[in-house]
Amino acid sequence: MSAITQTRTTYAPSARERARNRRRLFFRIIYIILLLGFTVIFIAPFVWLVSASLKSRAEVFSPDLIPDPIMWQNYIRVWEAAPLLRWLGNSLWVGLLAATTVTLSCSLIAFGFSYFRFKGRDTLFNLVLATMMLPGVVTMIPVFMIWQSLGLVNTHAPLWAMNLFGSAFYIFMIRQFYLTLPRELFEAARVDGAGYFHMWRHIALPLTRTALIVVFVFEFKASWTDLLKPLIYLRSPQLYTLPLGLKTILDRFGQGGEMEWEVVMAASVIVTLPMIIIFFLGQRYFLEGIATTGLKG
Amino acid sequence: MSTQSVLARLPFGRRATLQQREALAGIAFISPWIIGFFIFTAGPMVISLGLSLTEYDVLRPPTFIGLENYQRMLGDPRLMTSLYNSIYYALLHVPLSIIFALSLALILNNVGKAAGFFRTAFYLPSVTPAVAIGTLWLWLLNPRVGLINRGLEVFGIQGPGWTTDPNWIKPGIVLMSLWSVGSTVIIYLAALRNVPNDLYEAANIDGANGWQQFRHVTIPMISGAIFFTLIVNIISSLQIFTEVYTMYFGNQTNNAAASAGLFYNIYLFRQAFEFLNFGYASAMAWLLFVIIMILTFIQLRLSKRWVYYEGG
Repeated sequence: MSAITQTRTTYAPSARERARNRRRLFFRIIYIILLLGFTVIFIAPFVWLVSASLKSRAEVFSPDLIPDPIMWQNYIRVWEAAPLLRWLGNSLWVGLLAATTVTLSCSLIAFGFSYFRFKGRDTLFNLVLATMMLPGVVTMIPVFMIWQSLGLVNTHAPLWAMNLFGSAFYIFMIRQFYLTLPRELFEAARVDGAGYFHMWRHIALPLTRTALIVVFVFEFKASWTDLLKPLIYLRSPQLYTLPLGLKTILDRFGQGGEMEWEVVMAASVIVTLPMIIIFFLGQRYFLEGIATTGLKG
Repeated sequence: MSTQSVLARLPFGRRATLQQREALAGIAFISPWIIGFFIFTAGPMVISLGLSLTEYDVLRPPTFIGLENYQRMLGDPRLMTSLYNSIYYALLHVPLSIIFALSLALILNNVGKAAGFFRTAFYLPSVTPAVAIGTLWLWLLNPRVGLINRGLEVFGIQGPGWTTDPNWIKPGIVLMSLWSVGSTVIIYLAALRNVPNDLYEAANIDGANGWQQFRHVTIPMISGAIFFTLIVNIISSLQIFTEVYTMYFGNQTNNAAASAGLFYNIYLFRQAFEFLNFGYASAMAWLLFVIIMILTFIQLRLSKRWVYYEGG
């Protein structure tokens, strides 16, 4: 690159080069201003959400940024109106179970698809990839019937237990990481008499730590934000996860309900905030996950 | 010690055993997926196809009715409405979100280190739970007092009835969907950063202007990423559910949105779990599956003409 730049400087007069740099700087400033404008648009809804959650009922739709008076009571009110702590606990429990099981099962399965050589392996792996195209609604009803026949409707099991059997996208992703590991790494351990499970546990697992964290945070997010499965499987309010809880609060206090939007807004903050905190803690993994695999977040 | 020397020292018959052991162990490792595939994918697909040929309301055992559900779909105005709504949404959402995300990524690619900060800001809506997004936007889009129409008022524009006028319900939903464009921005930014700089240098020397460079260097080099987001976006936009269900369905009624906001998967969900028509809902699921298969197949064929794969 430097060679090309040098050749170019000999052709172009330095005044032209300086003008070019000035123009580049000018454009960079314009770009930053534009981006700041977009940032305001992207962030503003959050700011007003928090602000509205602290406003009085009469003020909740007002465009003022700073609530006056500040109604901390809204949070107490929503806490009393709904078992939010319970729902928060349910969401955490289901999210951790879903993320842990899918991470471990996909790591094992992906190892099977990358280290071992056996007939039909690549055909099977193409089948794994093909299942990603299947719309969830095709299997939705029969899967519901399975859980119903097991008597597990209205329990948390249907929300996470399928993760024990892996998930196509994550299997694909972890396999991509395994393929970068040299085979000799494993052969050496095998010569030392290590079993296959030992190889997975002590070589494959630690070396793919980053990939596993990416899978974990993505699945936790997917579980935390899911409405459809709780809507299908959960009947008792004490089993609800936060999204279904928020939906019931919205139906009761929002549109067509008692019109207490400040309560709805306070509940929305409670549902959103944990995810934002997790995002900032694991930002690197979220961004890496999307950028390297093109996953839709 | 290398593997070969170990193999060499083993008795001749053991070699095959070793390979067999490796194969068996490999199958053992992938067995959870095989079991899950039969129980939760292949089995249910067969059952779903079977159910689509029956009338089944959960309470009584299913009765075989042949293709009647599929015939009924053709004459079901609600189904046609929901299909129309989903296609309408996809046709607006997919191109707009790709253009918007690409523009943001192009600008981000020109601001150096500062891009990190903005990238985070743009991605925040994408980690927000969909139910919270629906709730928040129901409040933002409120025609009388919502912040969006108040903002338009500042410019002297009388904002439309985003949540009350059937003609504006879907545009409102598209607007909301553009807020969550962050992950597409990140994909494009990663792709833009992978474009080798010497291509631009070469184009510069050849005297290509900014637009020509964009058209003949940037676009071909990131066409793989554009193709990927195109496929994923079309498939996911045809299946939009949570945000809209949160806004307009469930234990509430919004008459304006009852048909203008009835998307395919919402109608399917209601047929299945509110009206308990498992047979009809299964037939609907298969129609969607066929539509998605055809669209994906067409795109894969077309992609050969415009997607550039390096070294491929």
